[in-house]
Amino acid sequence: MKDRSDTRPAGVAHQSIQHESAHLHVTGRADYTDDLPEPAGTVHAALGLSEIAHGRITALDLNAVRAAPGVLAVLTADDLPGTNDISPAGHGDDPIFAGPEVMFWGQPIFAVVAETRDLARRAAALARVEYEALPHFLDPIAARDGGMDYVTPPLVLKRGDVRAGMAAAPLRLEGRLTVGGQDHFYLEGQIALAVPDAEGMNIFVSTQHPSEVQHMVAHALAVPANQVVVTVRRMGGGFGGKETQMNLFACVAAIAARKLDRPVKLRPDRDEDMSATGKRHDFVIDYKAGYDKHGKILAVEGDFHARCGFSADLSGPVTDRALFHADNAYYYPDVELRSHPQRTNTVSNTAFRGFGGPQGVIAAERIIEEIAYALHLDPLEVRKRNLYQNGQLTPYHQQVEDQILPRIFAELEASCDYAARRQAVLDFNARGGVIRRGIAMTPVKFGISFTATFFNQAGALVHLYTDGSIMVNHGGTEMGQGLHTKIAQIVAEAFQVDISLVRVTRTTTEKVPNTSATAASSGTDLNGMAVLDACDRIKARLAAHFAAARNVAPEEVEFIPGHIRVGAVDIPFAEAVRMAYMARVQLWSDGFYATPKIHWDRATGQGRPFYYFAYGAACAEVSVDTLTGEYVIERADVLHDVGRSLNPAIDLGQVEGGFVQGVGWLTSEELWWDQQGQLRTHAPSTYKIPLASDRPKIFNVALADWSVNAERSIKRSKAVGEPPLMLGISVWEAIGHAVASVADYRLAPRLDAPATPERVLMAVERLRA
Amino acid sequence: MTSHPIRFLLNDTEITLTEVAPDETLLDFLRLSRRLTGTKEGCAEGDCGACTVLAGRLRNGALRYEPVNACIRFLAACHGCHIVTIEHLSPKGAGLHPVQQAMVDHHASQCGFCTPGFVMALYGLWMENGDPSVVEIETALQGNLCRCTGYEPIVKAARAAAAAGGQAMDALARERDGVAARLAAIPAGAEVSKDGKRTILPASEDALAQALLDNPGATLIAGATDVGLWVTKFLRPIAPAIFIGHLMKGVSVSDDEIRLGAGVTYSELLPIIAETMPELTDYLTRIGGWQVRNAGTIGGNIANGSPIGEMPPLLIALNARIVLRRGNSRREIPLEGFFIEYGKQDRQPGEFLESIVVPRPDGARIAGYKVSKRAYSDITAVAMGILIREERGLITEARLAFGGMAGTPKRAVKAEAALRGRPFARDTFEAAAHAVAGDFQPLSDWRASAEYRQAVAANLIRRFWLEQDGEEVRLSRTVEA
Repeated sequence: MKDRSDTRPAGVAHQSIQHESAHLHVTGRADYTDDLPEPAGTVHAALGLSEIAHGRITALDLNAVRAAPGVLAVLTADDLPGTNDISPAGHGDDPIFAGPEVMFWGQPIFAVVAETRDLARRAAALARVEYEALPHFLDPIAARDGGMDYVTPPLVLKRGDVRAGMAAAPLRLEGRLTVGGQDHFYLEGQIALAVPDAEGMNIFVSTQHPSEVQHMVAHALAVPANQVVVTVRRMGGGFGGKETQMNLFACVAAIAARKLDRPVKLRPDRDEDMSATGKRHDFVIDYKAGYDKHGKILAVEGDFHARCGFSADLSGPVTDRALFHADNAYYYPDVELRSHPQRTNTVSNTAFRGFGGPQGVIAAERIIEEIAYALHLDPLEVRKRNLYQNGQLTPYHQQVEDQILPRIFAELEASCDYAARRQAVLDFNARGGVIRRGIAMTPVKFGISFTATFFNQAGALVHLYTDGSIMVNHGGTEMGQGLHTKIAQIVAEAFQVDISLVRVTRTTTEKVPNTSATAASSGTDLNGMAVLDACDRIKARLAAHFAAARNVAPEEVEFIPGHIRVGAVDIPFAEAVRMAYMARVQLWSDGFYATPKIHWDRATGQGRPFYYFAYGAACAEVSVDTLTGEYVIERADVLHDVGRSLNPAIDLGQVEGGFVQGVGWLTSEELWWDQQGQLRTHAPSTYKIPLASDRPKIFNVALADWSVNAERSIKRSKAVGEPPLMLGISVWEAIGHAVASVADYRLAPRLDAPATPERVLMAVERLRA
Repeated sequence: MTSHPIRFLLNDTEITLTEVAPDETLLDFLRLSRRLTGTKEGCAEGDCGACTVLAGRLRNGALRYEPVNACIRFLAACHGCHIVTIEHLSPKGAGLHPVQQAMVDHHASQCGFCTPGFVMALYGLWMENGDPSVVEIETALQGNLCRCTGYEPIVKAARAAAAAGGQAMDALARERDGVAARLAAIPAGAEVSKDGKRTILPASEDALAQALLDNPGATLIAGATDVGLWVTKFLRPIAPAIFIGHLMKGVSVSDDEIRLGAGVTYSELLPIIAETMPELTDYLTRIGGWQVRNAGTIGGNIANGSPIGEMPPLLIALNARIVLRRGNSRREIPLEGFFIEYGKQDRQPGEFLESIVVPRPDGARIAGYKVSKRAYSDITAVAMGILIREERGLITEARLAFGGMAGTPKRAVKAEAALRGRPFARDTFEAAAHAVAGDFQPLSDWRASAEYRQAVAANLIRRFWLEQDGEEVRLSRTVEA
């Protein structure tokens, strides 16, 4: 007879199972915040946004707003019960309502509450605001030159002596790279529903960070945190855009709900959402590099000017992370990197998948590209010559110990037939012609952990019911990334039960407190470990109980598929649970996790901020129309490292989706402000994220299935949310390669991002001139 | 109080509305009035597809379903239609539809917010194309945005759904005759109002002519792919409104010309173009997404006077004429004369665009090119329509019209002059490419800078020559075997 322990229950760790809500998604039955039945008496708020980039309000006439049909209340900065600040970093620089000074076009000045959303929007449009215009600065260089300050203290990372290294280098280059920002374009926009009751405030909100909403609402209402409960079942996408940016909507809804003692929903329309919420930081990067004739990098110096917007928000850690990743995968013997978190009169930029890292990585890849063109080498060859070797130090003095890129490169080169295809591209272009081809292979090495070490903690609550079913709650939020699915798999694996017995419930501050944002790719790493800790505690109690009850050693109690094995007896799981309950064994537990080993001293710029690195590489081939600058991605091949995957299907989805999102950032997604400082690309009609017809025509994506996390992460997996985004850089460089063909590759294409058809055509014309 | 209510089928329920304002959207009706929350609002401007539903309509007695955006579909424009939402695909307790099952099997949803819209677009495709190519799937999905998956699993799901088949057993197929009979029983016209805002659906073109004479200030609404945004984005009043999307659908093709009713949609135009001017089919698939092409009309694209509408450059190059009707009097003018200046067209109060007459360009070389920041479902940066006739090596007729280069769609007079009477040769087109710089002073905006527009305008003339000369100048989404 086959032993039960040889089979595996359905849906345990490392299996490619479906997203826990897949059936609900495809049938339209998955409820998002706007789909929840509205409590009786729910009314609706709308925001009034500023229409000047920088100015002082000289007259705010809201009489027509108040008099409009259906209007119940109007709120301004004067109507707030608590503090008029939602700065997530405690800078006190992020007002809920601006006034008298307005710092960007689209800044909320007031809110109006009406019987319906339509009436509220119509009323908001009736405001009459007069401003005294003040000088405004939109981009970081103009802001610097205009004397604007930093929003947060800058960071310097240095190792070695960059001046000496640069002076001694036989070859040198310098340049400037401008990298645009990116709107999150979560398909579900921002939304909050505040439901007051006699004892407090209940907030239903699309957020990656329920605990922060709880604290912000508490401050805004001037009540203790225990009077605010924040709940989110799922988001229609987050990507960092709901790590802090939902605070505005939650606080306004809560303040209005408290004032009217009625439930209040606030759902801005897409244009308001895109005008009033932060985005990925744009960067202007001035770089210098010293190198030798073999393409070996000797010294790197970089100034990273970021468009932070009017306030700090998360710009401190974002610009820090840009520096942390300005080496990408390469060893810089002498290095000095400086951040310039510049205040500008634009919306305050925020977290976005990669969190500044991609802007650092692309600078490293630009330097590689420049060296390769200068030396007439294949950029991939230059990359390989500069990859970190284990034991070498990063610019922040963390030792690289888990380098696997040489193997990833080797396998990907072979599987995508790189050498032959590169030659074919060169041959194709040698014929001349309008359509040119380009190919590039780029790597990513991404540091995993919040760089603010204290965020690297998580809690969980696991309930084992007497019928053997399990309810799990943890601090992470589900935004489509499959976190709840992986968590359920971890629990199924722990108890060796079928995943159908495991339910992960909505995230709420009532169950697990003081949670960190679901961000920094850390959701599964942190919450998975906390959940596993809770499971282990329950299992230990069960083991102790059955060992004592059946008089066997605790090691002789085993969790085998569908059963608990006690000595020689296999007890069906549900029956065992029931027996334990009758014996008064505690069948639920909390769990907790704090990432070990990490530490970081920002003052000295040294430490080990990252628990480990995740790696990957992509090869992209493109065709470029040199008459219009348009392009298509002919093919992309990706080999990505997720350690030992908890769910290969979900991880592949993250890799593919991240790649395409990264391509969008670097190609068609352009944030365009007019001279008055108004963002004019604030809806999908003007802001163009990739379509199905923009993805690679051939898209081969694989996981490095041999990789195992060198650290003791959850089941030896690795974080996957952010790193693949940077693989989109391969497309940007391949476009550059095609462009460079018009000047026979003598000059580096120096393409800025996003490489819209316009920028591509202008680069073609520049090289041809 | 009216005896002519708005009537339509919503899934399996018959809806009769005696009070409807013209600016009420189908999406709000579904979500707020009917609590059918599977249909999502992602953008409220017809660009993301999260609100995709199917609209079934009788056309010459046949019932055809097409994906449309509920966010900019006015409720009144549902009159006489069968509106099918995601909730109808797999009623509670029933199994998943093959399209839904394929989406699940291929891990094609992540956050899931866009998913119902994708399912509905793919459902529409699955019904009409049993074996779609990857390019056909991409074309069907041009109106749907997904921010999570990168689309690969969705495209795979579409292929798998096609392989699974089952169209004949599908609920809409089985109910087709019954639904057709119920729709046929709905009277053609309707007239309702709400809060004093009037909504008029004329039963016929003659009724439209009269209604517009009676209400010369009324807003004419065809596909609402533009007017929809006046409401959702700008909260602009549009009452009284006359809905005409169901009228002027006639098409006649003779040896000499093609006559298109103003109400012909882009989707309805596509097969006609594919048959008569196959060189232009690519151009048409660059207009909007599928949902927009199913709603937007040729007449609307012209009549709204936009300098970046796609049809005018093409139609002006083809020397098209338009028929304007007021009451029972009609006048026919060259299309290019319709556009007077930015925001001003040659249309009198009470007058409407009835039809478009396109001379067949047989024997001429024609092309239509559109350039935009994103290849598909994006608004024009520069568009060019071109028609060249040559005899014995000399160019006898040259018509070049551009969009995005001026305040109206406009011919490039200097470029045309550089071509006319000259040899059909590279140098001639190179001269025209230089000459076009003198034709326009385009604007810089978020779609393109003036400099880029000028460069592209010249390069599109070069592209035309190269293409005629046999060089491969077009990017392709087709994967070479």
